[in-house]
Amino acid sequence: MKISDLSELAVRNLRESVLRNSLTTVGISVGVASLVAMLSLGTGLQQMFTRRLEKSGLFNTIVVSSRREMRGMRRDNEQNGVNPAESRVLDESARQEMEKLANVVEAYPDIRFQTELRFQDKPHLTMVSALPQSAKSNDAFDGMQGNFFSSDTAPEAILQKSFAEELLGKTPPLGAPEPNVADLAKPLLGKELTMVYPQRESAVQPLLRPSDPGSNQNLAGASYSVISREQKLKIVGVSDLDPESMRGPMRGKLFIPLKLAESLHVMQQADLRDISHAGDEPVYGSISVRVKDPSQVKGVEDAIKSMGFSTFSILDASRSMQQVFKVLFAFLGIFGSLALTVASIGIVNTLVMAILERRREIGIMKAIGASDADVKKLFFAEAGAMGVLGGVVGVVFGWAIGQVINFGTNIYLKRQSIPPEHFWAVPWWLAVFAIIFALIVSLVSGLYPASRAARLDPVQALRYE
Amino acid sequence: MTTAPTISAARETIAIRSDNLCRHYRMGENVIRAVDGISVEVHSGEFVALLGSSGSGKSSMLNLIAGLDRPTAGSVVVQERDLAKLSREELAKYRLHVVGMVFQSFNLIPSMTIAENVELPLRFAEVERSRREALAMDALGRVGLRGRIHHRPTELSGGEQQRAALARALINRPQLLLADEPTGNLDSHTGIEIMDLIREFNQQMGMTVVMVTHERALAERYAERMISLADGKLIDDRPNTALAARTLEAQL
Repeated sequence: MKISDLSELAVRNLRESVLRNSLTTVGISVGVASLVAMLSLGTGLQQMFTRRLEKSGLFNTIVVSSRREMRGMRRDNEQNGVNPAESRVLDESARQEMEKLANVVEAYPDIRFQTELRFQDKPHLTMVSALPQSAKSNDAFDGMQGNFFSSDTAPEAILQKSFAEELLGKTPPLGAPEPNVADLAKPLLGKELTMVYPQRESAVQPLLRPSDPGSNQNLAGASYSVISREQKLKIVGVSDLDPESMRGPMRGKLFIPLKLAESLHVMQQADLRDISHAGDEPVYGSISVRVKDPSQVKGVEDAIKSMGFSTFSILDASRSMQQVFKVLFAFLGIFGSLALTVASIGIVNTLVMAILERRREIGIMKAIGASDADVKKLFFAEAGAMGVLGGVVGVVFGWAIGQVINFGTNIYLKRQSIPPEHFWAVPWWLAVFAIIFALIVSLVSGLYPASRAARLDPVQALRYE
Repeated sequence: MTTAPTISAARETIAIRSDNLCRHYRMGENVIRAVDGISVEVHSGEFVALLGSSGSGKSSMLNLIAGLDRPTAGSVVVQERDLAKLSREELAKYRLHVVGMVFQSFNLIPSMTIAENVELPLRFAEVERSRREALAMDALGRVGLRGRIHHRPTELSGGEQQRAALARALINRPQLLLADEPTGNLDSHTGIEIMDLIREFNQQMGMTVVMVTHERALAERYAERMISLADGKLIDDRPNTALAARTLEAQL
C-alpha cells in the first residue's frame, strides 16, 4: 500500500474509536511533555549559566603575561620556549598585535597599582585598577549604584563597597551585617577624591654615554625618573562587587577609566623588572585579551603563545562544567523518558485491543487481497500517527508547562528582589527530537501488535463475529 | 452472440483442478476431515454450485480454492498456480488479482463508505486515486448502486450490501468469482436479483463462478454443474440438465 493510503486509513481507524485512541495519545503527549519539560529545564539552566559566565567575562578572557614574569615560576616557562630573559617584552606594540588577531574583541593592559588617596583631607591606601569601557556590561556591575564612567578618559572613579565603607568610616565589625550599597553611595556620589601616584617619566637625556666603551647601545633609553603627581577624581559609582572575587582587573577597590590610567604613566612593577627595556613605549605587567566566544579561547591562546608570551584562561573550568551539564541532561532525559515508556505500554495495549476488535476486518482485508505486509503497515501507521500526534501535542504541552513554571518562579524571584531569569528553553532541536523520539517509541510499541495482526488466520478471522 | 466462440474456446482450458485435496483439522484428540480427498476439474467460464448440508466441507473447499487456507494434503491448482506452493505474499497477490469473493454476511467494512469498501482492493493493488475512483464508480454502476456511494454499509439494505460486495469482488477483474452462500441472508426476491447479477458476470465477462449453497433449488436455477459433498467427500458431480434444457428452449 502507498504511504498516502496507509496514513488515510490509519487516521480513519483512529477516528473510529475516538475515546480510546485519544486517551492513548494523551498518554503519549504527557510522556513527551515530561521529557520536553525535563530536557528544556536542563537546556535552560545550561543556557542561563553560559549567559552568566559570558557576562562575567571569565570564560572569554585570556590573561597574557610576559615570559619574563618569574614570580609564578610557571613550569612551561622553564620547559618550553625561549629563555625568559631573551623573550619578548609585553609592550604596546605586542598589545596592538594581539588586538589584530582573529576573533579578538579587545586587548587591554591590566593596570593596577597601590597608591594613596585623599578624601576630605584624610589619606587612605588602596589598590587602584583600570577598567575598559567594555566592563560596563560585565555582571560585576549589575548591582552598582550611580553610573559607569562617562568616557574612557574622564577623571572619574567607581568605588568598591568596602572602600566606600572605609571612606565613610563605617567599616562594619567582623560578622556584622553588611550595610546597604545604596546607603553608602548616597553621601559619596559626586564627591571628589585626590589620587597621589608615582609617575614614570623618561629621562630627556640618556644617563649613559653612548661613546663609553663597553656600554650597551640598547640601554640607551632605559633611564627614567619617578615623580609624585596628583589627580582629582569624581566619584560616579559605588559597586557591591566582592573584592575577593576572581575577576582579573576587577580585583581592586577603586576603579578608574583605562585610557585615563594609561595617560597618567603610573609607575608599574614591570617598569622595574624591564629596566633594560629601551624607549618610551609603555610596558605592561599583563594584558587581558577578550575573545568573541569561549570556544575560540583555545585558538587565540595558541596564537598568543606562539608570539612568545605566557597565557592563562579558565577554559578548563568551563569544560568540566559542560561535563556536569551532560550528566544532568542524561539524568533529566532518563526521568523524562520514564513517562514515555509507560505511554508506550498504553500504545501496545490499545493496538492489541484494536486487533481483537477488528479481527473480522483484518480477515476481510486479507480475503480481498491484503498481504501480511499491508496489514502490518496499517497497524504501524496507526501507532505512528498516535506517536506523532502525541509528540506534537506533548511538545506544546511541555513548552506550556515550562512557561507557567518560569512565570511562577519569576514572580517568586521578583518578591525576593532578584532579577527575573529565563531558565526554561525549548530549542527547535529539542522539539524535533521529542517528536521523532515519540514516533520511534510508538513504532517500537507497534511492532508486536502489527506482527500479530499480520499473522492472523483469515479463515478464523472471518468466522469471528 | 459474437463472443460465443471465444468463451467456448476458453472452456477448453481448466480453471481449477483439485487432486486428492484434503483439509484436516485437529480438534483436541479428534481429527476433523473437512475436505477429504476431493479431485475435481472446473473449466474456465463454468458456473458450478457446491452443494451440501452444513459441515459437508463445501465452505472449507471454497476457502482452499480462494487461497485463504492451505491443504493438508493433495493439491489445488487455479489458473496454473499450485496454491500450496505459493508463499504467503504470493497467495495475497493471487487473492487480490485472480479471485473475487462474496460472502453470506457481505463482509463490508462498517467504518468505510460503500465507495471506499469497493475501492479497497485497488488500494492494496496500489492503483492511482483518480483511476481508483473511476473504476469504483464503474463497478458500482454495474450493480446499480451509483446513488449510494457515500453511505455506510449499515445504512443499506441486505440486498444493497451484497451488491456492493459484488462490486468489490469484480473491481480487480478477477477470472474467478467465489460465492459463499451469497443469498443466505437475503429474502428470496432479493436473492434472485443477486443471483441474476452473478449470472451476468459469468455470461458477459466470462468469469468462472464457484458458488457454495445448501439450497438445491437455487443451484438448479443458475448453476451449469452441481457438485455435491458430504462429510468432506465428493458424492455427486453432474451437469444441470434442467438448466441446459431451459437454455436450449430459450435459444429456440
